[in-house]
Amino acid sequence: MPTVYVNDKPVEIGAEKLNCVQVAAKAGVEVPHYCYHPALSVVASCRMCLIEMGELKDGKVTMQPKVFPGCQTPVKDGTVIVTGDYAKRKGETALPYDPAYKPGDRTKKAQADTLEGLLLNHPLDCPVCDKAGECKLQDYSYEFGHGESRLMDAKNRPANKPELSSKITLFTDRCILCTRCVRFTREISGTSELQVVGRGHHEEIDVFPGFPLENKLSGNVVDLCPVGALGSKDFLYTQRVWYLKTTDNVCAGCSTGCSIHTDANKDIVYRLRPRENLENQGHFMCDEGRWGYHYTNAPDRITRPLTRIDGALKPTDWQSLSKLKETFEQAVFVSAKKSVAVLSPFLTVEEAYRLGAAFKSMHREIRLVLGPVPLTGVDDHYPKDVKGNAVAPTKFTIRAEKCPNRTGVESVLKKLQGEVISFADIAKLTLDAIWFAGGYPNPDVVDAAIPDDWAAPKLLIVQDLFHSKLTRAATTVLPATTAFEKDGTFVNHAGYVQSFHRSVKAPLEVRSELQLAFDLAGKKGLATVAAVRKDFAKELPQYASLAEIALNTNGRLTLATV
Amino acid sequence: MAFEPVLLARVAKLNSGKLEGYRADGGYAVFEKVLKDKQPLEVTTQVKDSGLRGRGGAGFPTGLKWTFLPKDHPGPIYLCINADESEPCTYNNRILMEKDPHQVLEGIMLSSYAIRSQCAYYYIRYEYGDAYRSTQAAIDECYAAGLLGKNILGSGFNLDIYMHRGAGAYICGEETGLIESLEGKRAWPRIKPPFPAIEGAFRKPTIVNNVETMACVTQILRRGNDWFKSLGVPPDPKNPRDAGSYGPKLYTIAGHVNEPKCVELPMGITVRDLVEKHGGGVWKGRKAKSVNPGGLSMGFADCNLPLKGEDGKTEYDIPLDFNGPGKIGCLGLGTAAITVIDDQTSMVDVLHNVCQFFSHESCGQCTPCREGTGWMLKITDRLRRGQGRREDLDVLVDVADRIGIMPGTTICGLADGAGWPVKTAIRKFRREFEDAIQSGAKSVHSKSLQLVGAH
Ligand SMILES: Cc1cc2nc3c(=O)[nH]c(=O)nc-3n(C[C@H](O)[C@H](O)[C@H](O)COP(=O)(O)O)c2cc1C
Ligand code: SF4
Ligand code: SF4
Ligand code: SF4
Ligand code: FES
Repeated sequence: MPTVYVNDKPVEIGAEKLNCVQVAAKAGVEVPHYCYHPALSVVASCRMCLIEMGELKDGKVTMQPKVFPGCQTPVKDGTVIVTGDYAKRKGETALPYDPAYKPGDRTKKAQADTLEGLLLNHPLDCPVCDKAGECKLQDYSYEFGHGESRLMDAKNRPANKPELSSKITLFTDRCILCTRCVRFTREISGTSELQVVGRGHHEEIDVFPGFPLENKLSGNVVDLCPVGALGSKDFLYTQRVWYLKTTDNVCAGCSTGCSIHTDANKDIVYRLRPRENLENQGHFMCDEGRWGYHYTNAPDRITRPLTRIDGALKPTDWQSLSKLKETFEQAVFVSAKKSVAVLSPFLTVEEAYRLGAAFKSMHREIRLVLGPVPLTGVDDHYPKDVKGNAVAPTKFTIRAEKCPNRTGVESVLKKLQGEVISFADIAKLTLDAIWFAGGYPNPDVVDAAIPDDWAAPKLLIVQDLFHSKLTRAATTVLPATTAFEKDGTFVNHAGYVQSFHRSVKAPLEVRSELQLAFDLAGKKGLATVAAVRKDFAKELPQYASLAEIALNTNGRLTLATV
Repeated sequence: MAFEPVLLARVAKLNSGKLEGYRADGGYAVFEKVLKDKQPLEVTTQVKDSGLRGRGGAGFPTGLKWTFLPKDHPGPIYLCINADESEPCTYNNRILMEKDPHQVLEGIMLSSYAIRSQCAYYYIRYEYGDAYRSTQAAIDECYAAGLLGKNILGSGFNLDIYMHRGAGAYICGEETGLIESLEGKRAWPRIKPPFPAIEGAFRKPTIVNNVETMACVTQILRRGNDWFKSLGVPPDPKNPRDAGSYGPKLYTIAGHVNEPKCVELPMGITVRDLVEKHGGGVWKGRKAKSVNPGGLSMGFADCNLPLKGEDGKTEYDIPLDFNGPGKIGCLGLGTAAITVIDDQTSMVDVLHNVCQFFSHESCGQCTPCREGTGWMLKITDRLRRGQGRREDLDVLVDVADRIGIMPGTTICGLADGAGWPVKTAIRKFRREFEDAIQSGAKSVHSKSLQLVGAH
C-alpha cells in the first residue's frame, strides 16, 4: 500500500491523487492555507501552506533543501512531509533523518515570514472588523506568526470599495490577495466580475467600472474570503461573531436544499452560510437562499392565532381554540368528500406524516392535497459563459422549484393515500372544509394558486406565516413555523434526505405544526420528531434509517421508492 | 587574433534588415538546405550537441529543452520567442531585432522545423517600436518570398510567425508569464509543473526561447558545432553538472562607462576586460566600485574585493560565462548586461533604484514577493532620506534571503532576482550602508528616479 509520512506518521493513500495539505489532513495535521480551496483551481501563491518534503527510500530519508507549497505539491509512495507543527507531534518514532536536519524549523520560519508579509500593509483593525473571531489571519498569526511588527514605515492605505456590489463591500486594505474571490467568479459563477488591478504591493481586488459584482452566487465570495476584506452588507456590523450560535440547517429556498449553517443570537437569525456537503450542493449556496431568511424575522409575520368575529379577524389565544379539532372533525364527519387537508411542500417529512395521518384517522375519505408548489423560471446552472449560457460541467444549480420538500411531502402522500392530489385540482371545487398547513415564506405563491372565482369553504383553517387571499377568507388563522424554528427532515429534488435541528425558537404564541398534529391526533404530551420518525419509519421503509439516527443525518432516498 | 563578430556581423551594414541583403550574405541558404536534407530530429540533435545554452537568462541547454516536448504529439506545438527584454541595462536582443531581423527569423524557422511547430509567436515588449517594425517588415518579406506560410519552398513544411506586442511589464519575460499574456490574460507566471514543453500556450506543448538563442541556432546550423564549440569555455571537469559556456555572446555595457555599447565576444571575457577594453573604461576618470554582471537581478560584484586564492585579482576579474558570477555570490550570468557603478555613486541610491524597479514589476501574486519587494522599497527609501536604522540592514538581508524559488517561497524567479541585488549589496558594502545610516546624510538626489515606461 502506498504510504506517505506526515510528521513521521504513516498515512496510507491508496490510489488517491492527493496534495500535501490533503494528506496532512488525513494524518490529523492541519497545514494552514489561504489561497487553496478544494473547489477552486490551485494557484499556490499565498505561501501559507509551506512544508518540508523528502523521500524515504531504502531505509534512508533524503530531504529537499527548501520549502514547498503543500497545496500544489502531490505526494507519492515514500513521500516524507514535515510541517511547521513537527515539534507538536505525539508518539511517533522519528524517521532516520540526517542528524543535522532540524525537522520543521525551516517551515516555521517560512510561515512566520509569510504572515509577517501579509501583515505589513494590513490595517489590523480587528476591533472594528466583522471577521474578527473567525478570521484566518488572526488565527494563523496567533498560531504561527511573530508577536511584533518590524515595519517602521507607513502602510499602504488603499480606499475601500463599498460600490463593489449592492450586496457586498470591499475593505480593500484588509485583502491578502489570495484571489479566491476572483477564481470563484471565474470558475464557479463564471461571471468574472472580479479581478486584480495594479501591481506588486499596490495590487487590489476590483471590478470593471460599470460592472459591479452582481450575480446570483455572489455572496459566496464573502465566505471564501479568509479575512475581513469582503463583507456582506446584510450582516455588516449587526453582530460580533462570537455571540452567534451556529446550527446545521437546510436552506428552504429551493429544491436543491443546500446544507447550511444558521448563525443566530437570542433566537434571531443573522446569517446563513453554506455548509460543505459534497453529496449535495458542494461548498456554496445562492444569494436568494443566503439573504432570503429575513421573512423569519419579518414584522408582518403572523405570530398569534386569529379568529373571525363579526366578519373580521381578531387576535385570540390557543385556549379559546380548544374546540378547533372538534369543529374540523365535525365538518369531516358531515362530508368527508368535501373536506380537504392541504400539506405544503414547506412542511418537514415528520410534520406532513403526522398531520396527514391525523386527518386520515378522522376519516378515510378526507383528501390530502399537496400545497401549491412555487416555480420560478427554469433551473439555473452555473458556471455561465460571457453570454450568460451555462457551461458544462455544472458546478451549482439554483432550482426553479422554490420549496425544500415537495419530494418528501409527496412520499408521505403516496403512502397515506396512494396518490398525490395537486392544489390546482381542488381549487376548482366547492368544498365545505379546508385545513391549510402552509408555512409559505412568500404569500404571493398562495395568492397565485387561488382562482379569481374561488369560493371559500364554510370552514377554512389556515396555518401560515403571512396573510394571503386564504387568510383573508379564513375562519381561523394559525401562526406557522419557519424552517429555522423546527427539527425535521427535508428531501431535495434528487431524493437526498437531510435532517436538521432547530436554530431558533418560534415566536411565543406559535404552536408548531408537529404539536398541532399531535393535538389533532388526540395524542397526549409533547410532540417530538424522534417519536414521529419511529412511527413513519415502520410505514415508509425508505426512511427506515431515520428511526435510529440522532439528528443531522444525511442520506439518499432511493427515488424509485418515493 | 581579434574575434570577428558573427551574430553582429551584419548590423553596421546599410539596410541590414532587408531580405535582399541578408540573402546576399548567405542568408536562408541553410534553412533551405535543412528543409531538403535534414529530419527535424537531426536539427534538434545538432543543437543539443552544440552545447548551446539559452541566452534569455537561465542558461538552460536549448536542444535539451526541445527534447522535453511530448513525442509524436498530434500538434499544435508552439514556439514562443521571448523578446520582452526588460532586464535593466539589457539591449542585446534589441540590436538583433532592429538591425538583423532575418538572422533571428531564420533561427525561428530552423527551430520550428526542429520541434515540428507550425506556428511561432514573437512576443515583443511594447517599448521596442523600431524592433517591432523592422521585424514585422522582415516577416512580411519572408511571406512574399515564400519562406513563410504554407508548404514552404515545396517542402511540405508550414510555418506562420505572429508578432505580439506586450503592454510593458517585466514579468511578461518570465516564460509562463509570457504565455499567459499571449493568451490575453494578466502575466501571472504559472505554477510548474506542468512545464510549457508539456502544457504551454493555449494548453499545448510550447517552447519558449530568447531572440539571441534563435540567432545562435542560425549560426550553429550554418557554421557547425565545431565552430560553436571553438568559442567560449568548456565544462568545468570538477563539476559534472556543468554544461559549459560555448559560443559567442552579446554583452551590453551600461552605467558609468565612457562607451556604453553592445559587443559580441566569446563567452568568458572578464568584467575588467569588458569594461576597460570594450567599454572605454569607467567614465570621468573614476574607478569602478561595483558592477552588475548580468542585469540587476544578478546582484552586485565588489570591484575591490580580492578573490580568494587568486593573487591580485578582485571580483572585477570574474569571467562572464555561465559559472563566473556564481563564484562571487551573484545569481548567474543572466542577460550578460554589465552595469558599472563608479566610486562616486552611493550604493544606497543604487539599491533604492533597484528596489523601486522590482517592487514596481512584481506581478504580486506570491505573498513573499509582493510584500517583500514593497517592504524593501520602503526601507531603502527611508535609508535614502537619512532616516535609516542599523536593524534595517538585517531586515533587508532577511527579506532578500527568504523570497524566491530557491528558498521555495515564490512561483517565479523574479523574487530571487529582487533579493539578490539587495543581499549582495548589503553583504558586500555593509560599511557604506552603516556609515550612511550613522551620518544620517540624505541622498544627493532629492527626488527618487521617476519610472518611465509604456504603462
Ligand atoms: C522575471 C523574469 C524575467 C525574464 N525576462 C526575460 C526576458 O525578458 N527575455 C528572455 O528571453 N527571458 C527572460 N526570462 C527567462 C525566461 O523565463 C526563459 O527562461 C527564457 O526566455 C528561455 O529562453 P532561452 O532558453 O532561450 O534562454 C525571464 C525570467 C524571469 C524569471
Ligand atoms: S478579497 Fe478576500 S477572497 Fe478576495 S483576494 Fe482578498 S482576501 Fe482573498
Ligand atoms: S440553491 Fe436553493 S437551497 Fe441552495 S441556497 Fe439557493 S435557494 Fe437555498
Ligand atoms: S515571484 Fe513575484 S513576480 Fe514571480 S510570480 Fe510570484 S509575485 Fe509574481
Ligand atoms: S494555500 Fe498553498 S500557497 Fe496558498
